Amino acid sequence: MKIPDDGREAREKKGWWRATRWLWARRLVQVGVMGLFLLGPLAGVWIIQGNLSASYTLEILPMTDLLWFVQMVAAAGWPVAMQATLGAVVVVVLYGLAGGRSYCAWLCPLNPVTDLAAWLRRRLGITGGWRGERRMRNGVLLLVVLLAWVTGMPVWEWFNPVTWTQRGIIFAAWSGLWAVVAIFLFDLLIAPHGWCGRLCPTGALYAQLGRVTPLFVSAIRREACTDCHACHRVCPEPAVIDPALKGAVRGVGPRIRDVTCTRCGRCIDICPEEVFDFDFHLPNTSRVVP
Amino acid sequence: MTRRGLLAKGAQAVAGMGLAGLVMALGARSAKAVPVWAIRPPGAVAEEEFLGKCLRCGLCVRDCPYEILTLAEAGSGVAPGTPYFVARDRPCEMCPEIPCVVACPSGALDPGLTDIAKARMGLAVLADQETCLAYLGLRCEVCFQVCPVMGKAITIETRPNLRSGKHVHFLPMVHSEHCTGCGKCEKGCVLEEAAIRVLPRATVKGALGSHYRVGWEEKKKAGHALIPEPLSLPVRRPGDGP
Repeated sequence: MKIPDDGREAREKKGWWRATRWLWARRLVQVGVMGLFLLGPLAGVWIIQGNLSASYTLEILPMTDLLWFVQMVAAAGWPVAMQATLGAVVVVVLYGLAGGRSYCAWLCPLNPVTDLAAWLRRRLGITGGWRGERRMRNGVLLLVVLLAWVTGMPVWEWFNPVTWTQRGIIFAAWSGLWAVVAIFLFDLLIAPHGWCGRLCPTGALYAQLGRVTPLFVSAIRREACTDCHACHRVCPEPAVIDPALKGAVRGVGPRIRDVTCTRCGRCIDICPEEVFDFDFHLPNTSRVVP
Repeated sequence: MTRRGLLAKGAQAVAGMGLAGLVMALGARSAKAVPVWAIRPPGAVAEEEFLGKCLRCGLCVRDCPYEILTLAEAGSGVAPGTPYFVARDRPCEMCPEIPCVVACPSGALDPGLTDIAKARMGLAVLADQETCLAYLGLRCEVCFQVCPVMGKAITIETRPNLRSGKHVHFLPMVHSEHCTGCGKCEKGCVLEEAAIRVLPRATVKGALGSHYRVGWEEKKKAGHALIPEPLSLPVRRPGDGP
């Protein structure tokens, strides 16, 4: 059996660096952010305090996770404390500029876990499993908010593997790392792209910022596409690619506008023809009349 | 897909979500009571409200200069990720600046608490008089000596030692009006297991019925007795009739 090798063609054609650089950049950011949080307790250098649920950078910049904030408003009602509210505003602006689900690909500590599961699936040729509707995560998001509203508590946070994991790392609360094992096995053996792609309400919420963001991955040289499908194989949300990549015939622009695109940049790396690139594009004030 | 198929799928999704929601709500509900040995940081709002507001971010934990606060682990019995301390391990040092409250971004620790003496983390109770050295007739008074609100939250009351007939008991008495629940007394208790413990206020505090009046206090308030003194009660002897 021939074991598929992600990006061999890209590596041969573009060189190792250009075929993997966004992947390395993401890993660096993921490790770096956790490192910044850990610098305080381990080395006494306090740059960011708190964790991904709520943090305080350099004693001046608050940030509040949006799913937390939404649950808090649903559970405890308005008004919410000033710092938590400011933190949520900062996060909306930050991820609004950075593409919404860039949180998933660049920050979330479960991303390397689900990436590993997806990679192993490709390497080992595991193709079966549950493929539920990807829209289901919006239902989960609704459920999470409803639960907080009805019970007055952020019930989801007793179970949320995203917060369990990051808290487990930052506060050395190892019992929280059950989430890593559970999500890895779920994605590997039960459902391909099952967690991030189908169930996670955090991603579903950050995706909403993708409606206003100026940062896209764009199939900027889509005419060079050779239909090798390397991008579809590595993409965690493969459905987002074709509308842009194959949109020329229908007069659709090359930007991947689907809000579920995580801006991970793997398609940019993996494409031997360099079809894709990041594209920062502020909304035009002038409109083209169709 | 047929309309029937679509409807069935929709119903399946709704039922699945509903079931998941129910399981989660029940799971969280059973885990929301905080164990008596876990004490919330100063300024923590009432437990139900606290669970709704606390972001489990650990900023209070990081800002505690004495590192007494912990974020709850899975299976610890405390809602996961919420801050607490255990008095017998490390009690609250009652910093005058209350950095944990200042650090809290969500109001789960009430920013209105600016005087640490007004913190009410719990209430110290002399839970076991059978082992308390003072009740055994020895001089101890360690809980009194280590109390940051010494002389107010814990006082020493003297009682004759009726067993020996010639000694005095020096008994620690907690006054809920001043006790902050910091846990210094529980930590300081010299016994193998502390006889004095900090417990949730709601667990230990009684409530006098609103119709009760304590005579001597009413007397102090009014400046004179509320009934004419001395009180003369009718004398009834056998045979006096009804």
